[in-house]
Amino acid sequence: MKNIFNSRRIINIHNSYLDLLKIIFLILLIIGLSLSFFYSPADYLQGETVRIMYVHVPSSWLALMIFSAMSVCSLISLIFKYRIFTIFTKSLAPIGFTFSLISIFTGSLWGQPTWGTFWTWDARLTSMMLLVFLYISYIMSWVLIKNIFTAEKISSLISIFGLANIPLIKYSVIWWNTLHQPASIKFLEKSTIHESMLTPLILMFFAFACFSLMVFLIRFKVESFKLKVLREKK
Amino acid sequence: MLINKNKRLMIFLVSLITFLIIFKFLFNTLRSNTIYFFSPSEILKLSKLPEKKIRIGGMVKKNSINEKGDKYEFVLTDFNQEISVTYSGILPNLFVEGQGAVVEGKLVSRKYFIGTKILAKHDENYMPKEVADSLKKINNTKKIK
Repeated sequence: MKNIFNSRRIINIHNSYLDLLKIIFLILLIIGLSLSFFYSPADYLQGETVRIMYVHVPSSWLALMIFSAMSVCSLISLIFKYRIFTIFTKSLAPIGFTFSLISIFTGSLWGQPTWGTFWTWDARLTSMMLLVFLYISYIMSWVLIKNIFTAEKISSLISIFGLANIPLIKYSVIWWNTLHQPASIKFLEKSTIHESMLTPLILMFFAFACFSLMVFLIRFKVESFKLKVLREKK
Repeated sequence: MLINKNKRLMIFLVSLITFLIIFKFLFNTLRSNTIYFFSPSEILKLSKLPEKKIRIGGMVKKNSINEKGDKYEFVLTDFNQEISVTYSGILPNLFVEGQGAVVEGKLVSRKYFIGTKILAKHDENYMPKEVADSLKKINNTKKIK
C-alpha cells in the first residue's frame, strides 16, 4: 500500500505523462474557449455576460474540490503519518488559491452588470471569501513557521478545520436567503442550464482540471525535491 | 507505532465530535443573526418594525411596475404575501417583472417599503433567447386552453 504513494514512482509518472496531459489540456481549452466565446448562445436575460460563467463556475468548483482534497490528504498525513500526503497538500494549495481568486474576481465582474453591485455580504460570497483566507493562512503558515515539523502540523490543522467551510459554501444558497442564485447543476435533478451552454461549461471544467493536474505534478516534483534538500542539510 | 496511531485516531475522533457540536451551535446562532434579506412573509412575522436599514427580497409582481418620472412603484411578492415598494434612482438592467429582486431601504409599515438601492436577483435558469421565447409561447397556449 505504501508503495503506491512512493514519491519516486509519481515523479516517473509525471515525466512520461506530462506531455500527453499538456496536449489534452490544449485541445480541451481550445474547444472549450471557442464554444464558450463564439458557438454558444447569449442568455435570454443576462445577454453576453453569461460567458463569464464558463470561467467562474469551473474555477469555483475546482477551488472547493482542491480544498476538500487538501483536507483529506492532511488528515491521512496527520493520523497515519504518511509524509508524502503533506507534500500532496502543499503542492495543491497554490492551485486552489488561484482558482478561488479567479472565482471571486470573475464573480464580481459578473455581479456588476447583473445584480448592480460588485460585492455584497451575502452568505455565499462571504463564505467564499473565507475560503480565500483559509488558502492564504495555509500557504502563509508554511512561509512564516521556520520549523517544518511545526509548520506541517499547523498547516494540516488549518486545512482540516477549514473543511467545515466547504459544505457551508455549497449549501449557503439553500440555508440562507442569498443574492447569489442556487446551483444550476445538481447531482440528482435535471440541470437548469440549457444543453448549448452546459457543453462549454463541462469542457472548460475538464480543461481547468487538466491544468490543475499538470501544475500539481510539476509542483509535486519541486516540493519533494525541496524537502529532500532540507533533510540532507540536517 | 500501532498504539500511537490508535491514539491519534482517538484524539481526532473526540475533537471531531466536539468540533461538530460547536459548529452546530455556531451555525444556529449565525443562521438567525445573519439574514441577508427578508421575504414579505417574514416581514409580517416580525414582532416589531426594525429601525435600521434592512433588505427585502422577492419576485417583482407581473404588471406591477408604475413609473412616475424617476420614481418607481412596484410590488414584491413571495407568492404568499406582498409588499409595495417605492424607489427613485437607476434600475439595474435585469430588474424586470417576474424576476427576483432585493431592495435595500427602510420599512415604513408591514406593507410599505421605501427603497434606496435595488439589486436584481438572477435565478438558476440559463437558456438562449429562442428557448425562452418558445417556453413562453407554450405557457401562453396552456393558459388559453
